[in-house]
Amino acid sequence: MSAPDLLYSEEEEALRAAVRDLLTDLCDAPGVIARTESDRPHDPELWKALSDGMGLAGLLVPEALGGQGATHREVAVVVEELGRAVAPVPYLTSAVVATEALLACGSDEAAELLTALASGRTIGALAVALSAGPGAPYKSVRHENGTLRGELTGIADAVAADVLLVPAEDGGLYAVDAGADGVTVTPQVSLDLTRPVAKVTFDGAPARLLTPDATPAVRRALRAGAGLLVSEQLGLADWCLTETVRYLKERKQFNRPVGGFQALKHRLAALWQEVVGTRAAARNAADALATGSTDADVAVAVAQAYAAPVAVHAAEEAVQLHGGIGMTWEHPAHLYLKRAKADSIAYGTAGAHREALAGLVDLQAP
Amino acid sequence: MSAAASKGATPDAAELRSRTQELLAAHPVAGTDRVDFLKARFDAGLAWVHYPVGLGGLGAPRSLQAVVDAELEAAGAPDNDPRRIGIGLGMAAPTILGFGTEEQKSRFLRPLWVGEEVWCQLFSEPGAGSDLAALGTRAVRDGDDWVVNGQKVWTSSAHLARWAILIARTDPDAPKHRGITYFICDMTDPGVEVRPLRQITGEAEFNEVFLTDVRIPDAHRLGEVGDGWRVAQTTLMNERVSIGGMRIPREGGMIGPVSKTWRERPDLRTHDLHQRLLTLWVEAEVARLTGERLRQQLVAGQPGPEGSGMKLAFARLNQEISGLEVELLGEEGLLYEDWTMRRPELVDFTGRDAGYRYLRSKGNSIEGGTSEVLLNIVAERVLGLPSEPRTDKDVAWKDLAR
Repeated sequence: MSAPDLLYSEEEEALRAAVRDLLTDLCDAPGVIARTESDRPHDPELWKALSDGMGLAGLLVPEALGGQGATHREVAVVVEELGRAVAPVPYLTSAVVATEALLACGSDEAAELLTALASGRTIGALAVALSAGPGAPYKSVRHENGTLRGELTGIADAVAADVLLVPAEDGGLYAVDAGADGVTVTPQVSLDLTRPVAKVTFDGAPARLLTPDATPAVRRALRAGAGLLVSEQLGLADWCLTETVRYLKERKQFNRPVGGFQALKHRLAALWQEVVGTRAAARNAADALATGSTDADVAVAVAQAYAAPVAVHAAEEAVQLHGGIGMTWEHPAHLYLKRAKADSIAYGTAGAHREALAGLVDLQAP
Repeated sequence: MSAAASKGATPDAAELRSRTQELLAAHPVAGTDRVDFLKARFDAGLAWVHYPVGLGGLGAPRSLQAVVDAELEAAGAPDNDPRRIGIGLGMAAPTILGFGTEEQKSRFLRPLWVGEEVWCQLFSEPGAGSDLAALGTRAVRDGDDWVVNGQKVWTSSAHLARWAILIARTDPDAPKHRGITYFICDMTDPGVEVRPLRQITGEAEFNEVFLTDVRIPDAHRLGEVGDGWRVAQTTLMNERVSIGGMRIPREGGMIGPVSKTWRERPDLRTHDLHQRLLTLWVEAEVARLTGERLRQQLVAGQPGPEGSGMKLAFARLNQEISGLEVELLGEEGLLYEDWTMRRPELVDFTGRDAGYRYLRSKGNSIEGGTSEVLLNIVAERVLGLPSEPRTDKDVAWKDLAR
């Protein structure tokens, strides 16, 4: 096992700058807050700019299939910036998780869908509950004569999806057009309104087989999701820290900047350390996924077990240290708190990843 | 001397490799006395290649030291036992190099590096710990000498040391940071008394040093009179550089022994301990990755502020992990290997038994800067938050509350 590259390359930094510029222009906090209460929770204009404009939806797709043939390292940088802006786009769900599932299938049907997803004009969603981690059990639906019947809940970004990748009880993974007869996508009132979950009902929906063995495809998809979610958590936590520090330098009480009180300085310094650790863990996980390292399972489990509580802690500190303003609907801190808390469940909790680690590094339970 | 060096060009890796081979050819490892070999290595400029020519170096980039070390290690050459002389190498030497006179540099650096003369550090005092600049040890000018009186504490290697780096107050009327001068103190002076300082582990790694009418020639002053605080910053900065620069394998630190015990002793396992162990294992692995990332940044020439946090994480994790280990051991955790008063030459935080590790790690958040002070440093220098209100900066030292 060669040493992982934990730095950002110059190209990765350039990519970050481009994505950040775009988000500064198109994704400000008041706009995100307003959108959460509209009937279109996702931002189609931003999605078009990211995918059509910059080709980012196809980073993980080989060039032969119309993608960019890049790696998880570049994707991690994009995801980190999207997290920093709590951007309401189905990037992680479509360009990472659904794409990874399709990459594992190897069928012509899957290849065709990969090309469609890479363009961004088609959005995909894996119909596995967002709470399922790699290796965890997940629900499936009944397959009969080329159609599906059943109900799945907690499917992230399903309301934005054009195509659903659905595991069936016969062991196969099927593609179903979200707009087809017999498919109903019902939004669930979600804790995180920027990545809403939905109930999906299949009542004789026509389905195309992607692979007869869904298990490895789902596992691969969820592992990539968990590993790259760490970069999103890094972006969220870094925003919360940076914004809170900025505010506390400005906010005065007792005739002093509030950020000069040692009780608060120590809390922020401790949070900074956690963010620094998250950055190292996120880079390690992205690099392990990119190189196909034998250490990838450990790298992902370590990173997710560490980063999930850090993002929540950062967001909770942001709310508390902003005082009253942090509790308002108007201030964006709640967007970060809700995303961070939902992320702490997404693709397996920290506890689930620690449990996985127990087996991976031979620290067995009693 | 080869053509490259005589022209004054900076030696590259190939040049250093060939010079190392020349050294090995002229002083075969098998037939050469250890100290003689080290002296020859120093004289060849291969001791610390980033030091100047004539002072054990060649003015080469510091990163190329690894090239020399690898060649010498492959040849089985002796080293200068750096752990035994860490204070000399890590703190005294860079300060002498930065502020010493030519006479001081040529007198002190060679025996320091070779290990013939051990160094210790006389900085902390009972009344000046985190607030080091408040120190009260007095140095009074008397002809060509200074006469020093006071008490220093937490001095490792004082009982082995030939020399000490010392800071003392030379002007009590100046504000505290401005009345300090930096000296080289002869530890064989009859006014120097070293007493072991027994600590909670039962042993004495450190000493108290009592200075009574110790005479230091003015020629052993480092830097200007009254400029000692600035000189000491060089020493302390180098102390922080030496922490956290090493590459460690997974489970390389305090998490190693407890993980081993967990694997070997299924009888000790409980669900509660399992959850806590896994949480700490993850944190230890992330701390390791953070250190590795910092190292990669340094190698790439992009040092970040991340180093400031490394010691904080290291201290907290050592304490929590060793505490968990004692608890894991159950009835055996009620025992302690040995309370006998000893004076260890080398200290291994992860050595001895779990009880020792638990007790010794309590010092990790105190020595070399308390965690509380380090949190202030991160908050102020990294995050740019306002500094603590100060009432002591412009007051004469003699008028400060004590």
